[in-house]
Amino acid sequence: MTGSSIWLIFLLPIFSFLIITFFIRPFVKPTSRIAGYVTIAAIGTALFLSLRTLGTVMAAPGHELVIPEITWLTVGDLKINVGLMVDSLTAVMLVVVTTVSLMVQIYSLGYMQHEVPDAKPGDRGYHRYYAWMSLFTASMLGVILSNSLLLIFVFWELVGVCSYLLIGFWFHRPSAANAAKKAFIVTRLGDFGFLVAILVLYVNTGTFNIPELQEMAIAGTLAGTTLTWAAIGIFSGAVGKSAQFPLHVWLPDAMEGPTPVSALIHAATMVAAGVFLVARTFPLFAGSVTAVTVVAVIGAFTAIFAATMGLVMHDIKRVVAYSTISQLGYMMLALGAAGLALQHEGRLTVEIAKAATAIGIFHLFNHAFFKALLFLGAGSVNHATGTFDMRQMGGLRKAMPWTFYTFVIGGLSLAGIWPLSGFWSKDEILAVAWDTQKLLFTLVMITVLMTAFYIFRVIFLTFGGEYRGSHGAHSNGHLHESSPVMVGPMVVLAILAIVSGFWNVTGGFNAFMGHGETQSFISGLFGIFAHPLPWIASFVAIAGIFLAYAIYGAKWISAESIGKTFKPLYTLFYRKYFLDELYENIIVRLVLLKGIFAGLEKIDTGVVDGTVNGLANSAYDSGNTMRRTQTGQLQLYGLAIGLGVVAIVLVLFLAG
Amino acid sequence: MYPYLSTVVFLPVAGSIVIALLGARERLVKWVAAVFTFTSLLAAIGMLFRFDRTIEGMQFEEKALWIPALNANFHLGVDGLSLPLVVLTAFLGFMVVLISWKEHLRVREYFVWLLLLETSILGVFSSLDLLLFFIFWEIELIPMYFLISVWGAGRREYSAIKYMIYTLFGSAFMLAGILSLYFTTGSLSIVDMAGGGIAQAAIPLTAIFFFLLIGFAVKLPVFPFHTWLPDAHTDAPTAGSVMLAGALIKMGGYGMIRVSVSLFPDIARTYAPLLITLAVIGVLYGAALTLRQNDIKRMIAYSSVSHMGYVLLGVFALGQVSLTGATLQMVSHGLLTGLLFAVAGLTMHNVHERDLRKMGGLARQMPVIAVVFSIAGLGSLGLPMTSGFIAEFITFAGSFASDVFGGMQAATILAVAGVVFAAGYILWMIQRAFYGPVKGYVETHIETETLEVGRDALARYQPKKVVETTVETPIEIHDADALERVYMFSFVALILIIGIYPAVLTDIIQTGISPVVRLLGG
Repeated sequence: MTGSSIWLIFLLPIFSFLIITFFIRPFVKPTSRIAGYVTIAAIGTALFLSLRTLGTVMAAPGHELVIPEITWLTVGDLKINVGLMVDSLTAVMLVVVTTVSLMVQIYSLGYMQHEVPDAKPGDRGYHRYYAWMSLFTASMLGVILSNSLLLIFVFWELVGVCSYLLIGFWFHRPSAANAAKKAFIVTRLGDFGFLVAILVLYVNTGTFNIPELQEMAIAGTLAGTTLTWAAIGIFSGAVGKSAQFPLHVWLPDAMEGPTPVSALIHAATMVAAGVFLVARTFPLFAGSVTAVTVVAVIGAFTAIFAATMGLVMHDIKRVVAYSTISQLGYMMLALGAAGLALQHEGRLTVEIAKAATAIGIFHLFNHAFFKALLFLGAGSVNHATGTFDMRQMGGLRKAMPWTFYTFVIGGLSLAGIWPLSGFWSKDEILAVAWDTQKLLFTLVMITVLMTAFYIFRVIFLTFGGEYRGSHGAHSNGHLHESSPVMVGPMVVLAILAIVSGFWNVTGGFNAFMGHGETQSFISGLFGIFAHPLPWIASFVAIAGIFLAYAIYGAKWISAESIGKTFKPLYTLFYRKYFLDELYENIIVRLVLLKGIFAGLEKIDTGVVDGTVNGLANSAYDSGNTMRRTQTGQLQLYGLAIGLGVVAIVLVLFLAG
Repeated sequence: MYPYLSTVVFLPVAGSIVIALLGARERLVKWVAAVFTFTSLLAAIGMLFRFDRTIEGMQFEEKALWIPALNANFHLGVDGLSLPLVVLTAFLGFMVVLISWKEHLRVREYFVWLLLLETSILGVFSSLDLLLFFIFWEIELIPMYFLISVWGAGRREYSAIKYMIYTLFGSAFMLAGILSLYFTTGSLSIVDMAGGGIAQAAIPLTAIFFFLLIGFAVKLPVFPFHTWLPDAHTDAPTAGSVMLAGALIKMGGYGMIRVSVSLFPDIARTYAPLLITLAVIGVLYGAALTLRQNDIKRMIAYSSVSHMGYVLLGVFALGQVSLTGATLQMVSHGLLTGLLFAVAGLTMHNVHERDLRKMGGLARQMPVIAVVFSIAGLGSLGLPMTSGFIAEFITFAGSFASDVFGGMQAATILAVAGVVFAAGYILWMIQRAFYGPVKGYVETHIETETLEVGRDALARYQPKKVVETTVETPIEIHDADALERVYMFSFVALILIIGIYPAVLTDIIQTGISPVVRLLGG
């Protein structure tokens, strides 16, 4: 496995982007699917190469490949190199991104075929769609492969702009255009911190190279407030991308994009980039108690905070979106708690610090598959019913058996039911939270209940009961299962949602990530139940499912009556804690645009430009006044001269 | 050696003389303008390739004694600092001819002024004699004044006069500074003075420094001398805006490096905190005001105030990295904002609308224009892989590491915050113009109709009734045509090339910056 074939993983989707942009889009008719096939071929090959890379990395000593760097730019003492970093984290992420991307691209062939009611007739935008999907995949792979913080930032921004373009794919809808803009600006707020952190690190160390920075942080050459601020700056970038509180507001709105986009970008890969970034720079975090505490607290709080909103939404995609935010919170908590645990460790090496990220990354790995699956399921449901509103659904179980069963597998995995993948990673997070901070543990344990509840609320509302919508008759007069090109990827992801967790049943994943430095508390498929924690967690999850059944399945308890009883709480959740109003109406519109900026504009026209115009006017006025003295009467001039002479003589006389 | 530099500088004005003599045949005038500016651009590109990147100092020098009594020389030359700006100006000079291809009002005069404008800007970037520099600096006012006041829009007379007087105000100080320098050193050579170090003058050196600086500060512009810019940029014709934003205001930044910093390194260091503060104010203040605008050109104009703040920040951070960043930012901004103005002008031309509140949905009617505008916008907000990101990043890296005063890191962080605002106003602008549902656009004009009143024999002696009706004709919206695509894609290609491989320029720029940094003792 050479460096060039790893480069190829990144370059293949770039090629497909270029081919589509320069050859297919201008010359091929818009209804052709050729752009899709090109993308699928490129990403399929990239997946094959990624799997080979994973194999090579597993076999390599220290699970790390060394690939020479290229100098990109030298300005004075600012030297920017381009290089790859291929370790176990990279290898795992490569497989995640290429797998989910490939499945989503195949699914999109079917999904994007449907005409959008308010779009330009006949134009499904295949070319535009696949060009951006290719560019996105390439940029995401760039984030994963980069060995320098600056290069990560470059691709980080590029995935952001692809996300912007794809959220706003149906740009003629004002809601989509707004959501796209919001996503970009909110994540950029976080990126501001990331960029400052890069500058801080560069000025203090003279390098952007991640392995070097990791060594410095562990060796203590990089420490104290510098390290803390750098870590918090990096984390602020991660908070934006991974939609953590308080920058989570863009992700639910991002659901305006096509559903496969939500599955790939806003569930499995880009939003997980924040978690990846923290893991990538984890030795820096490990050196600062403040930084890891912030990560753990933000993560745990976001987990429960987002889950509460997921409980009440009517839009199936938004429930899954809040679930994504919540699960990303779990991953952040896992990283933060593992970092806190490291503080008690006597000896700290880069390997030990990297090993600590295994728990969070394992959840990222599993989550990518089951969450992408849930989104693809939601898209499939949307195809049949023409809506995302669960109040217009119901009874789809019979009409769409494949979608139903795969969705249930995804739901069970998300809820953390043994032996599906979510179970294995979630229990480990709970365990590390229990070991470090009991309060955070309590928060996420409550979240386990909510998670199981909201996802089965979706399942019962969508697939159970009777069909409540009217739109279903839009094609062939009856609800129908989606085409095989859409069902196929869902089945593959469902299989992955079942089996991906088995990698760590005997601690294999942790050993791979940690170079054999960690032991997992997980000990075998059944052995795990020797520990009390899985019993508690499973009980809580099943209780959540049962509660959802009681309310939405069997309807023993009426949902309306609960809503009425807890009216203020329900409103608070449903209105998203009024944060959108606070951010958009109060801070942006009232305080900034109508307040400070309007004030500055008044100053600009009144004072700054006013002075300029005032000076001009006074020059004009004084000239105008002086003009009046030019009367042409010699007597007057003579008088003036005479008075002047008298005045000068007087002054001289008095002064002398 | 062949006088490359004179060829580049004087070909446009030669073209304008030919046009003036030719007569008023529109097509011919345009072709002459295109041929002369294109040849000038080719010569400039030739210089770029022949430029020796391994040596510092001036190249392509041309020197002849001009006014012996004053010891004034006709002295041209370029180094790594000025060459990129010369090439940028030659590029924009050719582009604006293509952009003006649809101009039909007093075409001959228009192109005479446009080409004279190009020569004057090129002259500023290549003069090494202060008197020559000042003359080119002043000549530029005349064509710009006419371009705005005759071919402009809105309050064009006000804006033209304001631009003229404001700049004259600045250059009056500059002339005083140049004269003080001359009477102190007996020389007008920028190169000699930069190397020699200036002894005590008749008036304090600090005063001379500020006299010169005011001239540059008005042009760049530096807060609070910026208010001419939004008016002039907004009311100028498209080509005028492109030249103004793309090349003309870079004269200010160039002058600061070439004259203020090179001739007065110690004073520059002393007053750097003041100028850095003004830079940060400019970045944030400009961005805040951009968000208050509704006119598409005015928005771009205010964003320039913000972006020029980065140039000022990089210049007075006084380091190799920061000065290189500032120079690259000037080139990058010239391309990005030049393109933004070009596309905005095209959009306004196509839909007869410039108020963003009344626009929308254009991405479907003019997809190519929308894509190009988005690329320029994304570059302007600092998206990696465009020139905007790397220019800003090098500037930030240089200014964050700078030691001119204790507040550099805080100042840089505040300036970085400007990129968040940039994302806000750029995306908002794109959304308002191009996204949303498709709208119809109408052109309104008044039609008069004479009605006969009555039908009897006397009717012809009765006054006829004239009825005025406002007629709204729907506009059929076109996307960019072939010529428009050519110039738009040329801009885009350069933006991406610099963004992807910035070393093509930074290697050159550094050879010009290194001597300046040595003067600073760095």
